[in-house]
Amino acid sequence: MSQATLRIMKISGHAGTVPGAGTQREFQVCKLVDTTTCIGCKACEVACQEWNDLPFAATAFDNTYQTMPSTAWNFWNLIKFNEHPKEDGTMMWLMRKDQCMHCAEPGCLAACPADGAIVQYTNGIVDFQQDKCIGCGYCITGCPFDVPKLNPSTRKVHKCTLCADRVSQSLEPACIKACPTGCLHFGSKDDMKDLAEKRAHQLRVNSGFEKAGVYDPPGVGGTGVIYVLHDATNPEAYGGLPANPSVPWAVRLWKTPLKWLGNFAMLGGLIGVTLHYLRFGPKTVPDSKAEEHP
Amino acid sequence: MSTTTFPHARAHSSSEDRILRYTFGERVLHWVAGLSYVYLLLTGLAFWSPYLFWLAIFFGGGPTARFWHPWMGLIFTASVVRMYGIWHRDMRTTAADREWAKHVGDYIRNQDENLPPIGRFNIGQKQFFWLMLLGGIALLLSGVALWLVNDIPWSWRWLRYAAVLVHAVTALLTIGGFIIHVYMGTAMVRGGFTSIIRGEVSSTWARMHHRLWYEKVKDTHSLGK
Repeated sequence: MSQATLRIMKISGHAGTVPGAGTQREFQVCKLVDTTTCIGCKACEVACQEWNDLPFAATAFDNTYQTMPSTAWNFWNLIKFNEHPKEDGTMMWLMRKDQCMHCAEPGCLAACPADGAIVQYTNGIVDFQQDKCIGCGYCITGCPFDVPKLNPSTRKVHKCTLCADRVSQSLEPACIKACPTGCLHFGSKDDMKDLAEKRAHQLRVNSGFEKAGVYDPPGVGGTGVIYVLHDATNPEAYGGLPANPSVPWAVRLWKTPLKWLGNFAMLGGLIGVTLHYLRFGPKTVPDSKAEEHP
Repeated sequence: MSTTTFPHARAHSSSEDRILRYTFGERVLHWVAGLSYVYLLLTGLAFWSPYLFWLAIFFGGGPTARFWHPWMGLIFTASVVRMYGIWHRDMRTTAADREWAKHVGDYIRNQDENLPPIGRFNIGQKQFFWLMLLGGIALLLSGVALWLVNDIPWSWRWLRYAAVLVHAVTALLTIGGFIIHVYMGTAMVRGGFTSIIRGEVSSTWARMHHRLWYEKVKDTHSLGK
């Protein structure tokens, strides 16, 4: 959804500058998910479906409490349930709210070839503009978190908007509003990081989670959604949260050095054949007067 | 089209024998491949660079171009595979080709009198054929992965990464061959473009460029004066 009140910072597939970038003083927004106080009630899932008016998404039972195996084009917010074996042989729940991470360096945006189909606002929200999406699915390849999902009937890609429509009107995202335990917080990135570090410290010192920490992966420039984890050394245990995500190297290679190498090679080929013609001219058949034209 | 207004056709306005170089079927196949490749090239370039995205406008806009690009890719690859079926015997490198290749500098400098005789295709044409055949297959395989990217499971994501790289590198290689092919077929080698449109070359042309082939077919493929 295009938000007239939000200023755009980055545009996918865009030749030239970004109009309006840097014209407004705006802080980066952030969602903080404290996995240690999540009770798996799924209120955030329901709030997301309701606020965004998403059509019914079929649930799929796979022997867990999880609503479905992964997010879908019409299901952007999914609590991942993980039964985690503790060192003392007992089990504990690791429940993580999975959604778009709103990377500072979005792989989806880097991979997208369609002008303006993916934008990043100056407040850090990464938003898909379905009216400009061409349905190629390159964002699916570019994302290190398996977030963008294609609607096969419209060939448009959808994901969490971080409720850009609400945020632009100074409201918190719908999931935050619905959370009953206070495990979800919303505010400026600085405030959320501060709060997250305080909570992680509390967990380490007072609650016996010595490996507790904050997940704000530097490989993608930090994210607009950060987690407090009981064990920050093992994010994979939280339903496949990558330990050190970055834009896939294949996408970086493809979109920067290979692109420029290819552009120069194609241009060089055109210049080469032109120079050949100017230097040597056409190959004509001898003894044929009709072939003497340039 | 009149031979008096189309310069490439003038080789045949002389009183020489005309030789059939490409049958009607071969010409149709060439143009199915050629036109589908041009569509794939222009729409592919639109998706390649933001500075070329405007090319998509000529093909109905981004979503439409993206919709037809894979289907056109099926047509292109099918046509080059069919070319393999009818041409692969002509496309094997021979001893005459290897001898000719030693003099490729003379060919580039248009000093064709120094070149040894060769068969129906020269080694450059043969290499272009194999480039487009193998390139077409690689583009199709990687293209199917790009087409169905949403159906590739997360645990197989290496396939997505391989597909974007293989598709881009192979496309660039075929573009290199394509630039040379179009230049040589239209501007450089006079008489070549007519041969793939009308199927005919003059006997002088055939003797000069493909003497071994000419000696073999001059009686069977003659179309008269």
